[in-house]
Amino acid sequence: MSETLLKVRGLQAWYGRIQALYGLDFDVPESGVTTLLGANGAGKTTTLRALCGMIHAAGDVTLGGAPVIGKATEDIVRLGVAHVPEGRGTFTAMTVEENLQLGAMTRRDARAIAEDIERTYAYFPRLAERRGQQAGTLSGGEQQMLAISRAMMLRPRLMLLDEPSFGLAPLIVEELFGILGRLKDEEGLSMLLVEQNAALALEIADEAYLIETGRLVMSGPAREIGSDENVRRAYLGY
Amino acid sequence: MTMDRTVDSESAPAKAPADSPETAPASAAQAVGGIPVSWQRTALLIGLLIAVILPFVVKNFTIFQLTTVMIYAIAILGLNLLTGFNGQFSLGHSTFVAIGAYTTAILMEFAGFSFYWTLPVAACICFIFGFLFGLPALRLESIYLALATFALAVATPQVLKLSPLEHWTGGVQGLFVLKPEAPFGLPLNSDQWMYFVTLGIGLALAVAAINLVNSRTGRAMKAIRDNPIAARAMGINIALYKTTTFGVSAAYAGIAGSLSAVVVSFVAPDSFTFVLAIGLFVGLVIGGVGSIPGVLFGGLFLVFVPNIAEEVSKGLAGAVYGVILLLVIYLMPAGAAGLIRGALMKLATRRR
Amino acid sequence: MDLFLHQILAGLATGGIYACMALAIVMIYQAIHHLNFAQGEMAMFSTFVAWQLIEWGVPYWGAFFLTIALSFVAGVVIERAVFKPLDRAPVLAHIVAFIALFAIFNSLAGFIWDFTIKSFPTPFGQQSLLGSGLIGAHDAGMIGVTLVLLVLLFLFFRHTRIGLAMRAAATNPESARLVGVRVSWMIALGWGMAAAIGAVAGMLIAPVVFLEPNMMLAILIYGFAGAVVGGLTSPGGAVIGGFAVGVVENLAGTYIPVVGPELKLAIALALIVTVLMFKPTGLFGARIVTRV
Repeated sequence: MSETLLKVRGLQAWYGRIQALYGLDFDVPESGVTTLLGANGAGKTTTLRALCGMIHAAGDVTLGGAPVIGKATEDIVRLGVAHVPEGRGTFTAMTVEENLQLGAMTRRDARAIAEDIERTYAYFPRLAERRGQQAGTLSGGEQQMLAISRAMMLRPRLMLLDEPSFGLAPLIVEELFGILGRLKDEEGLSMLLVEQNAALALEIADEAYLIETGRLVMSGPAREIGSDENVRRAYLGY
Repeated sequence: MTMDRTVDSESAPAKAPADSPETAPASAAQAVGGIPVSWQRTALLIGLLIAVILPFVVKNFTIFQLTTVMIYAIAILGLNLLTGFNGQFSLGHSTFVAIGAYTTAILMEFAGFSFYWTLPVAACICFIFGFLFGLPALRLESIYLALATFALAVATPQVLKLSPLEHWTGGVQGLFVLKPEAPFGLPLNSDQWMYFVTLGIGLALAVAAINLVNSRTGRAMKAIRDNPIAARAMGINIALYKTTTFGVSAAYAGIAGSLSAVVVSFVAPDSFTFVLAIGLFVGLVIGGVGSIPGVLFGGLFLVFVPNIAEEVSKGLAGAVYGVILLLVIYLMPAGAAGLIRGALMKLATRRR
Repeated sequence: MDLFLHQILAGLATGGIYACMALAIVMIYQAIHHLNFAQGEMAMFSTFVAWQLIEWGVPYWGAFFLTIALSFVAGVVIERAVFKPLDRAPVLAHIVAFIALFAIFNSLAGFIWDFTIKSFPTPFGQQSLLGSGLIGAHDAGMIGVTLVLLVLLFLFFRHTRIGLAMRAAATNPESARLVGVRVSWMIALGWGMAAAIGAVAGMLIAPVVFLEPNMMLAILIYGFAGAVVGGLTSPGGAVIGGFAVGVVENLAGTYIPVVGPELKLAIALALIVTVLMFKPTGLFGARIVTRV
């Protein structure tokens, strides 16, 4: 049982005047995968955005003890949070290598950064082949790998992943989740994974939370959630 | 696909008031933007009363200034239709004002037309020019369109001064225009008469604009502004709407030009420089993009603020004008109409 | 034939001015995705500041670099004071702010230094380049400085971390924040750089057109023309565009009878429109493909 890295109490969030989250409580440990499940529009992406300071939020949120709410996105990143956003957020006009360099923008250790880039290429040979290519020309799966690699370049304490499977062919998604599994085991990262594809997420996760219209309705170990009758019927299709 | 989804699914951000221009207080049975229709009607009646009484209680020069305000308002209204409601950016409307003004001047001087008949002619000619310009404009994106229209505005005075055309345009000196007298022996001097003519035409054009904007055509225009791809997918003939809007917008500016030709009694190339084009744009933003009553504020700003700036400091008039402009844009980024609407909405909700 | 060659060279010479201005315009466009209408006036103001320093006895190169530094700071300050507060306002409000700045700088310059024409020194000398009779030393120097600037900018954007951060902030601010780039400061930096480049342009142009508050307006428009023809996303294209505008303007003025000095400007602008008709994003501009 590892320490709690991210402690969230009473998280609320708004888009302009519309409230989207109504007081979420959850914990993310220092290593392992926590997953946030829910239907389209439930508030999953909103949660990640609120944690990154991208939208108006309130509540008591700490990362390793440091308060998060109220900080600008750039400062939250410096606390060690890497967000792989919905739609990948690739810098399409720049090369693959430049995208990786951008991931390490807040770091100062040039040699370690270069090493990390090489490690990325070792993990993802396909990115190595395309290192000088414009990122916008990569396929969806490759862009997702690039996005995850970019996040890894931060050497983050916490990685937020927003719907990594979205828009990708099933074979690619399998490959992707295989890689996420490797990252979880080999790097000992802490990941907060938001997914619509509940089956996939529950396979890889340790803890699971279920959101419906801005409120947490269920939480527990992934295996339990996965075998819950209602969840199976509503989200797993059987 | 992914980008759209970001906007649609869970994360529909509520647009700030500054971002979404709404139609002006409109016709009949709608409380638009939360402001009761009864308030709008009262405001309109009071406004009309004041407008009708004014020319009898102020000096001739002030009447002239007020008439100029309305003329600017008409031109800005045209620009509003194009930019505010259809999303096409124009920094060249001074060209159409010039065309309208010169049409009137030339027809009156060389063809003996009475002023009133020059108005529809000027409107048609400007519509055609606007429509024709709208065709190549279809291929240009926002800033590029702005530059192209700016090019038009810069070229206009030069073209008007060209020697081959001097016989018709009067060259650098321009042409004099006779201000019409009040007909049927009405007890009004020509300044007062032109004030009422402008007021009448302005109101008619405003009503036409309101009806246009609230019609199916208006909705198509706005759809094109907001999301051209979706509009095309719904079967809207974008090219036709955009060029027609350009034409209508130019026609409004042309009518403003015609009126100005007689009100000022004079047309000259240097009255229609790019400074005018930029002024119209400033007036549009200050009044409120996408607001029809707002154009009046725009006109008021254009006529009176430069004078105020000069009074504050003769040598630094431009700098003062710039500072005032900055202050105004901070205080009301959505224009005067946006500010008033916001205040009125707050009042309206509090009363309930 | 000799005349033709001479006109081309003369066109390149004036084109150098436009190229420099176009570079400054593209610089700021890359940083903030707006066209800065006040760019010319800011450059003019900087040049006046340099002139004043020289009048006070500061040697040319001292004044040159001091002015660049001051302009950089001024650019940053203006962005923080005028445009940051407007960052949530609609685009059209920003443009009004540009117009306001234009009016302020123009008026201020006229007030402080009045409207009489002043001469501005050139470090390159008045003679023809290497005695060749083909092109003046100053014109050659101007082209040379512009090219050097271009190279420096290229190196900055492609090979430095901060250049990379600026490009990221301009093209994809949200993702840039997610990697920790302070987007807001990148914009301020972009303004500073554009102001500095504008100052260089002004100080190179003034010896040719003489220094007075209205000197930059036509040049700004030609600069826009060059930037647009070349493509707003390409600094190299902007420079080429600037040269092209200079050459076309000169040839049109020489060979087309009805085109007097007044219509030369309109011709330049007609050029923009024509190019845009066939290549809506400029000759070298990147086609931005949006996926629905």
